[in-house]
Amino acid sequence: MRGYLGIDVGSVSTNLVVIDDDCNVLIDVYLRTRGQPIQVVQEGMRQVEEAIKGKNIEICGVGTTGSARILTGVIVGADTVKNEITAHAVAASHMVPDVQTVLEIGGQDSKIILLRDGIVVDFAMNTVCAAGTGSFLDHQAARLNIPIEQFGELALESKSPVRIAGRCSVFAESDMVHKQQMGHPVQDIIAGLCDALVRNYLNNVGKGKEILPPVVFQGGVAANVGIRAAFERALGLEVFVPEYFHVMGAIGAALLAKSAIRGKGRTQFRGFAVSDMEYKATSFECNGCPNLCEIVNISVNGEVLARWGGRCGKWETLQKTG
Amino acid sequence: MKISFPYMGTSHIVAGYLLENLGHEVIHPPVPSKKTLSLGVQHAPEFACLPFKIVLGTYLEVVEMGAEVLITSGGCGPCRAGYYGEMHKRILHDLGYPVEMIVIEPPLVEPFDFFKKLHRLVKPKGYINLVRVLRVAWAKMQALDDLEKTLHKLRPLVFAKKQLNRIYDEGLEAIRRADSVKEVAVARKDALEAMHSLPADHHYKPLRIGLIGEIYVVLEPFANFDIERILGEMGAYVHRSIFLTNWIRDNVLAHGEKDIRAAAVPFLNEMVGGHGQNSVGEVVRYAAKNFDGVIQLAPFTCIPEIVAKSIMPAASKARGIPVMTLYLDEQTGQGGIETRLEAFLDLLRQKRRKQEAS
Repeated sequence: MRGYLGIDVGSVSTNLVVIDDDCNVLIDVYLRTRGQPIQVVQEGMRQVEEAIKGKNIEICGVGTTGSARILTGVIVGADTVKNEITAHAVAASHMVPDVQTVLEIGGQDSKIILLRDGIVVDFAMNTVCAAGTGSFLDHQAARLNIPIEQFGELALESKSPVRIAGRCSVFAESDMVHKQQMGHPVQDIIAGLCDALVRNYLNNVGKGKEILPPVVFQGGVAANVGIRAAFERALGLEVFVPEYFHVMGAIGAALLAKSAIRGKGRTQFRGFAVSDMEYKATSFECNGCPNLCEIVNISVNGEVLARWGGRCGKWETLQKTG
Repeated sequence: MKISFPYMGTSHIVAGYLLENLGHEVIHPPVPSKKTLSLGVQHAPEFACLPFKIVLGTYLEVVEMGAEVLITSGGCGPCRAGYYGEMHKRILHDLGYPVEMIVIEPPLVEPFDFFKKLHRLVKPKGYINLVRVLRVAWAKMQALDDLEKTLHKLRPLVFAKKQLNRIYDEGLEAIRRADSVKEVAVARKDALEAMHSLPADHHYKPLRIGLIGEIYVVLEPFANFDIERILGEMGAYVHRSIFLTNWIRDNVLAHGEKDIRAAAVPFLNEMVGGHGQNSVGEVVRYAAKNFDGVIQLAPFTCIPEIVAKSIMPAASKARGIPVMTLYLDEQTGQGGIETRLEAFLDLLRQKRRKQEAS
């Protein structure tokens, strides 16, 4: 059977999926990036290899996405390297063909994507504000000593959410602490936080956007039923969370790889052996001009594989990526 | 007196020439760098905009190099940039640099003040010299803009993009060195010919993108991640709404920009300071010229561009042209910008494909 591998390496999680020719998800792997994109991709590849063993699946195309998409693309030998906005839109419109609005909240990013008649017509992604993303929720769950998985359900237990300032994660936290020290129950505080995040999201990335149904909510934060409920309250619309909400970027990358292969025929996939190679990333500051670019070197088994980060291109000539 | 000035795009070539040839000792501002930014951020009010911080950083670099007088432009709209000269001066004084700040206000708004300041600058070599120097400076400015427009046009088409950048840089240097209208013309012609001689795919129809927003972040590549280069290398044609020559013509020599402000009606009927109303007007104009999309560059916390941004969805929808706003601040990680640009180009490509199919 032919399989297509999609890899989404984000700030917080790294996801790998394998789909078949009919776009069914055969395998999905969800790992934490933990600041080590290379190692986690290798670990993910090991798990995918393990999962397809004996299933007679041949990887015929590979796509990467997420903030480490270029790095990952070099490591695995990707056929297509695509930004996560396009990847998420492709996956959403595949899963829910008539989708008009995609809400996506990941670890560091939150985005809104508007589609009409199956094509992306507008999008926005947070630029200078990270309040309301998964990392912040993680941090608050840890601070309150509540497993992140239970965070959303606790929010649903609240009868009267308290008001939390959602503009900035630092101020949101102090607001939460103030309310907690006043004696408000933790459920009401968490529910208030969910409302605040949704308010900030809609006012920040969602500003001026025409949010029409069907609305799909995806990304790691979509696991949080409290946030989902807060979205439904704020929008007055039903918010649909797809089955594979947590790996939608990877699914998008796999779908894009599948269509890229149709165009060019042969995959550049380097094989599962990449999980055992020794990849090394080093960096230095180039002093050639006042730009002082930070150049990154990627080498495998001691040989330089790719280099990037410069503005003038004098370091990149080795291999063109992206 | 040693004179210096802010660094913005290619304007330093003209400003440096002008002041030097009026008989002043010029401290040439260095290209803005991470060091400039760090200096500016350290000493500027936290919520001041990025242009304020970069320019302050430049001032701190040039006063260290010995500058005693700083020349900058003023402003008279609701944009707070009109106060920046004064703010910068006070910050520099507080830090122990007793610089003099000459803020040039638009001549048609403050004619008396303008000529008083002009007279001081012109005095060393007199007015006959001024006429000659102005002619050369204007020729340089036009040549610089021509080179840049050609660069934007050819970037998506030329195969050897790095070589194109190099020829362009050499052209800038030749224009900088030129000392007469004739020499400028030769430098301009040589550079344009060299650029046009590079092998290019002239059948390729690149996506056409209009670049609008606040003047400093639009003109200074350090403030905008060199967005024109990134887009050009991704294969898109970038048309910038602001060039030095048209800006000078519209703001110094005449009360221009009326047509572009009129184009903003009925979406934004009021002057909101800075380039706010222009930004909306430009979107309307780019739509009329069948551009594929528009990118708005705004410094974080910039009031005029915030006003413009909130009006963009209405203008964008009514005229059927996608607009993406990028807020620029201290961040120097290029990855985030590239992601957004890539996705925006994907969107425009899909839109074009759909239009062609129908």
